[in-house]
Amino acid sequence: MRVVVQQEPFDLGAEAAAFAAGHRDMGAIVTFTGVVRDLPETPITAMEIEHYPGMTEAALTAMAQDAGSRFGLGDVLVIHRFGRMAPGEMIMMVATAAPHRKDAFDAAQFLMDYLKSRAPFWKREISADGSVWVASKDEDEAALSRWKG
Amino acid sequence: MDVLYFAWVRERIGLPRERIDSDAATVGELVAELRKREARYAAAFADLSALRVAVDQELSDFDAPLQGVREVAFFPPMTGG
Repeated sequence: MRVVVQQEPFDLGAEAAAFAAGHRDMGAIVTFTGVVRDLPETPITAMEIEHYPGMTEAALTAMAQDAGSRFGLGDVLVIHRFGRMAPGEMIMMVATAAPHRKDAFDAAQFLMDYLKSRAPFWKREISADGSVWVASKDEDEAALSRWKG
Repeated sequence: MDVLYFAWVRERIGLPRERIDSDAATVGELVAELRKREARYAAAFADLSALRVAVDQELSDFDAPLQGVREVAFFPPMTGG
């Protein structure tokens, strides 16, 4: 299991290849990548992500461990960036390895649902008009309920 | 204890962290003390439903006790991923 919180960009191809290598007993590897999205109506020049050093790493590690035991994963990788990023830049990735694809897909969904609203990151969109903190969505909170019980 | 602020809470209060000596027994009591300080605190803590709290770097709630706590953080709902 590996959890990385960093400012600099990561190499998706290299990370995915390294993750996939060395898991001969895992039949399924799923990766998800989050990208800074430009908005057609209000073009943004950058996204800024603030985080809570210390708590961020602890929260991501707890989520990765939780996903690992819940879905019987062979391995988990979480990389999340902070700081300033341009549209098109990768913000974060998760990778999951499981014997079969359902667990690998479900674990990736589970991680993303928790990461969205339980990891201490805050996004701010910078545009020509100024900057706006991204508001959390009710649907993000609702997404967590399917994993409870 | 150390009190930390993130995102718009940090902007509204005007600093990222401060040392506060308080006898508050709970997070809620600490919030009540802070609100009385200055308008910028009152503004930041006006609507608790818009805020989240972490106690010693774990998500918590406003009823949480503060005895023995080293670090309390206030911030808006998180937007990771």
